[in-house]
Amino acid sequence: MPGIEDLYREIILDHYRTPRNRGELSPPAVCTEGNNPLCGDDIRVYLDVADGVVRDVKFSGQGCSISQSSTSMMTVAVKGKTIEEVRAFVRRFKHMMTLSEDGESIDQSINLGDIEALQGVVKFPVRIKCATLGWNTLLEGLNEATK
Amino acid sequence: MTVAGVNTVFDPSAIRREFPVVTSEINGKPVVFLDSANTSQKPNVVIDAMSTFMRESYAPINRSAYTLAASATQKYEDARAAVAKFINANSTNEVVFTKNATEALNLIAYSWGRANLQRGDVVVLTHMEHHAYIVPWQMLQQERGIELRWVPLTSDFQLDLSSLPTLLAGAKVFSFTSMSNVLGTINPVEKLCAAAHGAGALAIVDACQSVPHAPTDVRALGADFAMFSSHKMCGPSGVGVLWGREELLEAMPPFLGGGNMISEVRLDGFKCAELPAKFEAGTPPITEVVGLGAAVEFLNGVGMANIRKHEIAMSNYVLEMLTSRFGDDITIHGPRNPELRGSTFSFAFRGIHPHDLSQVLDQSNVCVRAGHHCAKPLMKIIGANATARASFYLYNTTEDADALADALDSASDIF
Repeated sequence: MPGIEDLYREIILDHYRTPRNRGELSPPAVCTEGNNPLCGDDIRVYLDVADGVVRDVKFSGQGCSISQSSTSMMTVAVKGKTIEEVRAFVRRFKHMMTLSEDGESIDQSINLGDIEALQGVVKFPVRIKCATLGWNTLLEGLNEATK
Repeated sequence: MTVAGVNTVFDPSAIRREFPVVTSEINGKPVVFLDSANTSQKPNVVIDAMSTFMRESYAPINRSAYTLAASATQKYEDARAAVAKFINANSTNEVVFTKNATEALNLIAYSWGRANLQRGDVVVLTHMEHHAYIVPWQMLQQERGIELRWVPLTSDFQLDLSSLPTLLAGAKVFSFTSMSNVLGTINPVEKLCAAAHGAGALAIVDACQSVPHAPTDVRALGADFAMFSSHKMCGPSGVGVLWGREELLEAMPPFLGGGNMISEVRLDGFKCAELPAKFEAGTPPITEVVGLGAAVEFLNGVGMANIRKHEIAMSNYVLEMLTSRFGDDITIHGPRNPELRGSTFSFAFRGIHPHDLSQVLDQSNVCVRAGHHCAKPLMKIIGANATARASFYLYNTTEDADALADALDSASDIF
């Protein structure tokens, strides 16, 4: 059995206890909601996109430590990036979470930084959905914002 | 079987030994199974009955004349008779085997509902229903515009019956759970059935959480339909039971069409088989039904009244122990009186998200459910997105409850 310390790394607990970019943005920022029916988590991601750049991002909602901290780290990582950069970053993250089989489109040079700490979640397959909830919600928001 | 003589003396430690998973270990530490409200573990007699049946007697039922098939049919029907007796049904014609209890309610909503409910007809539900007892009615609501009304809760987690006469006025159906799978609340089923009938409505009882845990007499309850699942009562998954009053089942159109449910098929139409085959289209879960029959015999041997008594004692212990160890750090969403509840406890603990809590408890092999328990409307009403839930059954002891508390303590160290 993998140790619980692989899951609850200090940086993850730090983002859980002190989430970054928690809050809401008013329209015209887009708001998308993601649910994890397994555990009842729901997360809303607010995206302010202008000139192809994520100007601001915030999140609200309820969730476990993994979904909350993963979303918190995600907001820190994507703020200020271009939409294309964000999409590549998300692909890189999902590849780390072993959700993307297509390694070709992954830019391995992208440095995930603190987010690497979430790799331990892969050892707990049930929790992968918790870690990716905010990211999938972000993708929906990007699609919405670039429609 | 050692538990056969336990009718008068209920010995949980002897019962435990009959359940291989309950006495198993993971990584050298004992498993503490506290998720029986979700699904129960299986005793050796059930496992053996199923494997013996497949090894020695497996054959199709109701289709062939050879000895083996006739014997398999007999074993299948013996199980039906055992189930009918277990719930005091009037006859075996009233016991229909389905895939699970969810399918049983879908059968009612589809077959009885579509034959009897029109736009504007009222179905009354409660705020403590499981999704399986909400969504089939909502599908009917979308399809033909029936009206759904909801019995609310009181602050002490009971159904608020003060508004019941108003809600039931003009209703065609009152569909409710006998016991909440989240709160543990046991509902006054007899009283609710009488209220339904007083208003001219049918009483449909989700008995999934009560049939495994206490004596059930469908005639005394006065219900019209009831459903429950095998897998929650020591039997295998893959089979559920629909019980219905014979004249109601008789008058209903069939649900699924296929083999076994017909007495005649011509190019210009078909004629239904008699009950209960009318509602059992296709090859049923034969081995699973045999397993359910063995589970019923096992539960009879232990004694359902003994099980209820044990679970009241467990509830008493769990409530007192958790409160004395954790005080205000633990919030139990459900009634405090052990007589008014089953041994199922949804709780919040020190602000730790239930999913994280169950993950940490798993390090001690303590198996609890975390989430919304397929009752999202209820979760919203009690103001929780999710809860952790520990549920106790006949094989659980006070040591299991203590193991839960010890594991909860260790969760605080991480968060």
